[in-house]
Amino acid sequence: MKAGAGSRAFAPGAAPGQPRFPWGRIGYWAASLLFIFVSVFPLLYALSSSLKQGSGLFSPALWPEAPTFANYSGVFADQPFAQNLLNSLLVAGSVVSLSLGLSLMAAWAFGRVEFRGRGLLLILILSASMLPQVAVLSGMFELVRAFGMYDTLGALIIADLLLTLPFTVWVLVTFMRQLPKELEEAAAMDGVGVLTLVFRVFMPLLWPAMVATGLLAFIAAWNEFLFALTFTLSTEARTVPVAIALISTPSGFELPWGKIMAASVIVTLPLVALVVVFQRRIVSGLSAGAVKG
Amino acid sequence: MSRIELRGISKRFGDTPVLNDIDLSIAPGEFCVFVGPSGCGKSTLLRLLAGLEDPSAGEIEIDGVRVNQLPPAQRNVAMVFQSYALYPHMSVFQNMAFGLQHRKLPAGEIERRIADAVRILQLDGLLQRRPKELSGGQRQRVAIARAIVRQPKVFLFDEPLSNLDAALRVQTRLEIASLHRALGSASMVYVTHDQVEAMTLADRIVLLQPLAGRSDGLSVAQAGAPLALYHHPANRFVAAFIGSPAMNFVDATVASLGDGRVLVDAHGMRCAAQLSPQGLAVGEPVTLGIRPEHVRLGEGAQRARVSHVERLGEVSHIYLELPGVGTPLLAKSARDDIAIDERLAFDLPAQALHLFRADGVAQARGTARQSGSGC
Amino acid sequence: MADDSLRPPFQNALLRGGLAAQRVRRAWWMAAPMLLVLAAVGAWPLLRTIWFSLTDSELSNLGDYAFIGLENYVGEYGLLASAEWWQAVGNTLLFTGLSVTLETLLGLAVALLLNQASRLRTLLRAALLVPWAIPTVVSAKMWSWMLHDQFGIVNHHLLALGLIAAPLAWTADPQLSLFSIVLVDVWKATPYMALLILAALQMVPEDCYEAARVDGVPRWQVFRRITLPLILPGLLVAMVFRTLDALRVFDLIYVMTSNSRDTQSMSVFVREQLIDFGLVGYGSAAATCLFFMIALLSIIAMGLMRRTFERAAA
Repeated sequence: MKAGAGSRAFAPGAAPGQPRFPWGRIGYWAASLLFIFVSVFPLLYALSSSLKQGSGLFSPALWPEAPTFANYSGVFADQPFAQNLLNSLLVAGSVVSLSLGLSLMAAWAFGRVEFRGRGLLLILILSASMLPQVAVLSGMFELVRAFGMYDTLGALIIADLLLTLPFTVWVLVTFMRQLPKELEEAAAMDGVGVLTLVFRVFMPLLWPAMVATGLLAFIAAWNEFLFALTFTLSTEARTVPVAIALISTPSGFELPWGKIMAASVIVTLPLVALVVVFQRRIVSGLSAGAVKG
Repeated sequence: MSRIELRGISKRFGDTPVLNDIDLSIAPGEFCVFVGPSGCGKSTLLRLLAGLEDPSAGEIEIDGVRVNQLPPAQRNVAMVFQSYALYPHMSVFQNMAFGLQHRKLPAGEIERRIADAVRILQLDGLLQRRPKELSGGQRQRVAIARAIVRQPKVFLFDEPLSNLDAALRVQTRLEIASLHRALGSASMVYVTHDQVEAMTLADRIVLLQPLAGRSDGLSVAQAGAPLALYHHPANRFVAAFIGSPAMNFVDATVASLGDGRVLVDAHGMRCAAQLSPQGLAVGEPVTLGIRPEHVRLGEGAQRARVSHVERLGEVSHIYLELPGVGTPLLAKSARDDIAIDERLAFDLPAQALHLFRADGVAQARGTARQSGSGC
Repeated sequence: MADDSLRPPFQNALLRGGLAAQRVRRAWWMAAPMLLVLAAVGAWPLLRTIWFSLTDSELSNLGDYAFIGLENYVGEYGLLASAEWWQAVGNTLLFTGLSVTLETLLGLAVALLLNQASRLRTLLRAALLVPWAIPTVVSAKMWSWMLHDQFGIVNHHLLALGLIAAPLAWTADPQLSLFSIVLVDVWKATPYMALLILAALQMVPEDCYEAARVDGVPRWQVFRRITLPLILPGLLVAMVFRTLDALRVFDLIYVMTSNSRDTQSMSVFVREQLIDFGLVGYGSAAATCLFFMIALLSIIAMGLMRRTFERAAA
């Protein structure tokens, strides 16, 4: 049903048995190519600009005349960008493992046990994802300071859980519901505890869903900006989005666009590679969260 | 050695009664089969024993210990699921070892038990495979092996053969029977909807009937040895369920009562049934029952037209049109020379007749096997 | 093994109640860590923010404040009397209205493209995910560079084509900057919209299309009479998600135009007051307003969607 389900609604090509000029097919290809071009061009142009230097930067040509990696080495030389990358990796990695662990446990409770208040709690969890970040900013700031976590990565990890937990719980509940009941009962007969059940029986079966939700959580934490901007102060504690947003020249006159583009490419390329490799899983994860929500 | 006692067990899902007032005792080493049509709650009863469901009322004891609140693993039972419920991501070996590792058994003991189970169930060479690399029959045997290695006091089987094809079902049935003999001391409780499985495997059959929403009905229609249920069904439900093809039923009224004999009038047919007249009154409406295999053809005083014939080879099913009776009388016969529209003599032997009162309860039948014409 | 049934009594005490009750208790234990974390990072800070909005507290000394009631809202210098706040509200609403409308239309078009069985499909889906995966900060910087007034490639080509006479200050010109921001948001968020709509499109049973084809219904009519009504619930969900997201926009605007009044959104306003000016009480009041606006909208949307879903189900 999936493949070509809609092809008749918006079919490219002429009706069968009626040789006509294929306007539909041409339109489809033109629109598709335009869409691909618009989607990808900014990234390509950023890549191109990151390889240009000096006055070459002001030429709009896509292919740099004298490609150079000076911007890339510059990014790492002018600021602790390697540290920033490591920070981002640490924050995103911790957020992913914490979110998945906590949500997997909760998903068992919400997906497989009937108890009073379950529906209401699920709605509350979903509404937490609607919460504007600035609405918790002052309360969170107080909390972060009270625990002495200001200007540390710990603050970011904890704060980012607000962004990831609602949807990791929601998606994993959806998938957890689909696992057969007998498997859980067999585990009960085997006398395993509920933690073993969740992490040793269910988790291996849920890995496609875990990969999808884990990637979404990773991207959310990797890209997070507002908390990272607010709860860190020193350049060494910054994550990459903040570092890129705050790159400037010592003179403060014109921004070092070449270096900014170099940093942007460094941050983006691994992400894009990841997303393209796992595109099917991501799409299914995104729609599972939305359709059921 | 362990005895299972169920006392006053009831189970309802919401407002729907599923099981009502069950008293049952399963002796050590007994092979007990729960059988009944769908919706009779036989699987639910098994799950109550396993500890996968709570009873709404009543007590469950295993070996004199009340287990109502014990989780499954502490009841010393093992279960084989209809869908096998093997862990798909574990090898056959891991599937068997998983539960044992959680009981902190030494590795040597685990290996020894698995080796035993492998020998009994001929699983050699499959230990490193994943469940999806096994055939249906192999999966079934792994599921049984996983139960064996736990060395439980009670084995619980939930329709274990229903996902196998017909040939494999017969073979596995034999294997389960010989397994029961080999494991002598363990009790087995087995759920099925198939009366052949019930008749062939059971030491004792517990036949359950659907409550159909009534909370005052009884769930257990009859419990007893397979042949007791066949020869002495306690009521019309049991008589209709056990036996294939099913028993014939004909409406009748009591004409006269004798000593160990009841004379009934069924649509002008006068039949003498050899059974206890106790509690019957002349003129009382009753139902006459006779199994197809007990109808004698080609003899006796009655005549009827043959309306249909099914020839199965070993036997033929002969449908006899009785005047004034809607459903034809079915007779099982070894003869294959009977043709449709033939007028045939038949006899319903007095000692083969069953009699049910209006509330479905059967009149007690004697054990004597004298022959004698009934109708 | 036989001693398994002879557990010490204290262990059996844990097994009070029926098996179902034990299971429910276990479920609460399993859900508790997640619920606690969400309460700590969501509910508690939110309540503190609402409380701060009734005080005059400042960032330099958060513990030292006085309760001043609704002064931050309706006082002489309160939020409701602030032209800057109302400008931020206006900017946010304009941004939300424009971007969600454009993203819905384009998202629908892209979803229809993606729903075709074609060799291009995998490529299309990969291209779709590129803008979505790029960090907002990075896309803001990339577009800022492309929209640069002197060296930007956009101005260069527009000039070359003769469409404009002089370079446009895309992000600095008050007339243009908000539209530039909408443009970047549309570029970045359309994929998300398209994916959600695509999920809805793929749930339309094929026999609907086959029946229409047998009846000889024209293609446009098939879309209007069959596809659109069937995907409407999904489309509405996607629009609501995007709307709630757009109302809290921060990263894009902060990176592209900083704290400029002309483009400041409510979130940017809140952070400026809270952190840059240190006015925790006042900033919290603004944050609380934004929160209640979004909460109200969510509730209305849920009610509307429930009705749409019920009608779709009937």
